[in-house]
Amino acid sequence: MPAFPAAARAALADSQLRRNLAHATGTIRAKRAAVVAEVDEWEELRLAGAAIKDNTLRHLDEHLLTLEAALQERGATVHWARDAAQACEIVAGIAKNHHVDEVVKVKSMATQEIGLNEALAEQGITAWETDLAELIVQLGDDLPSHILVPAIHRNRAEIREVFRRRMAAAGRPAPDDLTDEPAELAGAARLHLREKFLRAKMAVSGANFAVADTGTLVVVESEGNGRMCLTLPEVLVSVVGIEKVVPTWFDLDVFLQLLPRSSTGERMNPYTSTWSGITPGDGPQEMHVVLLDNGRTRALADSVGRQALRCIRCSACLNVCPVYERTGGHAYGSVYPGPIGAILNPLLKGVGVDEQTDSLPYASSLCGACFEACPVRIDIPEVLVHLRSQVVDAHRGGAPKPEAVAMKSAAWVLSDARRLTFAERGMGAAGKALNRFGRAVLPGGRRAVRRLPWPASLWTGARDLPAPPAESFRAWWRRTGRR
Amino acid sequence: MKVAVLVTCINDTMFPDTGKAVFRLLRRLGVDADFPEAQTCCGQPMVNTGYLDEAVPVVRAFTDAFAGYDYIVTPSGSCAGSARHQHSLVARRAGEPRLAETGPKVYELSEFLVDVLGVTDVDAYFPHRVTYHPTCHSLRMLGVGDKPLQLLRAVRGLDLVELPAAEECCGFGGTFAVKNADTSTAMGADKARHVRDTGAEVLVAGDNSCLLHIGGLLSRERSGVRVLHLADVLASTEEDA
Repeated sequence: MPAFPAAARAALADSQLRRNLAHATGTIRAKRAAVVAEVDEWEELRLAGAAIKDNTLRHLDEHLLTLEAALQERGATVHWARDAAQACEIVAGIAKNHHVDEVVKVKSMATQEIGLNEALAEQGITAWETDLAELIVQLGDDLPSHILVPAIHRNRAEIREVFRRRMAAAGRPAPDDLTDEPAELAGAARLHLREKFLRAKMAVSGANFAVADTGTLVVVESEGNGRMCLTLPEVLVSVVGIEKVVPTWFDLDVFLQLLPRSSTGERMNPYTSTWSGITPGDGPQEMHVVLLDNGRTRALADSVGRQALRCIRCSACLNVCPVYERTGGHAYGSVYPGPIGAILNPLLKGVGVDEQTDSLPYASSLCGACFEACPVRIDIPEVLVHLRSQVVDAHRGGAPKPEAVAMKSAAWVLSDARRLTFAERGMGAAGKALNRFGRAVLPGGRRAVRRLPWPASLWTGARDLPAPPAESFRAWWRRTGRR
Repeated sequence: MKVAVLVTCINDTMFPDTGKAVFRLLRRLGVDADFPEAQTCCGQPMVNTGYLDEAVPVVRAFTDAFAGYDYIVTPSGSCAGSARHQHSLVARRAGEPRLAETGPKVYELSEFLVDVLGVTDVDAYFPHRVTYHPTCHSLRMLGVGDKPLQLLRAVRGLDLVELPAAEECCGFGGTFAVKNADTSTAMGADKARHVRDTGAEVLVAGDNSCLLHIGGLLSRERSGVRVLHLADVLASTEEDA
């Protein structure tokens, strides 16, 4: 994956993508704002959500052991996975023990994070996504571009094309007379998926929450496909990030209010499924839970960055982010795009490892809209600045980049008023010359510069730059003897 | 009450008229403010780009220049936000707690006028059609709310028109404007379009850095819309017109 600025440039050039994104994020932003405004104690709920998560993270080890014991007591098998490869190996192993070559999947960020579908495919096992948007992405050989609405970058005409061209190879084909009416598209997907639900022996899910004291996993969703996967197959495997644990059912109360309003702009989500171990004769008769680290303990060790582990994957930050709205999710090069992706990826992977990850903390104007929208009050701008300093520190010592040289020089000038005065005299002389010869004139009469060589061209490529004034403020102050 | 003005490095070097306007305005309101000549910059360019070590001597110069003042007034929501919220980071990095002490005394101009002086009508005259962009750091980092609008509504002759999607970032973002120049420009182009849609003659904001970006785009598009800092508008009187 290229670094963010290059990936963003490609996305910005796609005007259809920008229209789709602006429409979709604008709609969901308005829905969210309306339902959040209905709750008088929204701020208190946010504070409660943040506090529960922080307290749980502080004693994460104990809560995880409680969860493990509760799950085992109810007949589930608990696995611990240090990284993506280990987690994929566990899931593939369970599939092989049952001789299945296909599994149905509930939409899950954790399984996407570890690349489970690709890993299973390598072992000859096909994983079918059953969430409508994930199905669109999977059939289209595409990548998800949003946490909640993975196909947000597609409009309905594009979706009709994907269904008509690709459904047949994956099972029941799309009807010949399929139009791009949303109800018809959903109908085609429903018939296509029904075959798979009824056939599958094994399902794979994630979990939105894991309640430690009762050993209960919780999935919230909108389409009912999740409940089909969680109840029909004989074997159920759930891959759960270790930060998903909450101590008790009482804690769920807060999040089941915060999550749907923040994510889909609904007062509550249509389906909430909870399961705790095995019930003989009802539902899956074998249950596995894979508790996944994959960088989470690394993030937990970062005193500023650990707040990112509060994230409940609602994607409210994506929908309000002006950068995401214009570049879309693919530019972030990860299943976690947008502002949360810009902090979560470097926290999980570590900075200074590759250029793409290091570019993510800079993929923000620090406008703060994400912090304002976050239901668990993750101060994303604070973490972004913190991670930028980690990126800079990771590159200290080697040959300095032009940016580092510029920053060091600027700091040298700006740490002493006499040096700044001297630099301003130079700018004033340049300003005088421009005032005589500069062609562009700003409204109000000031001269401006239209073209400058690199690196200033990064500015003047699209923006005029006012000519520096002949006299700085401090020179004026001295000259007029204001004191 | 000992008051100093933090003119900010960008106003000092690029927009000296805004600095002069702040002094004219404060003097008219009976505040005899100082310009501590040792001042340079709040350190935000370094902090926001991740150069914390480099920010240390800059914030040290800031702390030395403004020691001993009760209030530090600045025509920049961004620099006020940086001083209040980021100097503590730099202090921790340097192991010098005193570097965090001046930050809390920094007030953005509209906050100082409304909250400290208790005035919303500053007896200004500006007979133009104006729209206002609430810069992100004023809006979210400081939470100045509608204070700038209260001040603008009291200006005689001023016709204030609402800016569509006003609360959306203009895309300046400091070094973001060059590190992610394409995205920054795309955001700014939408902001410029909203400004043009209002039919205003003048776009006003509380940060010349954001106006440098939006104004640069408006100028490139030959829109004819002028950008002006809130301080310049509030300092205007009938004699200037």
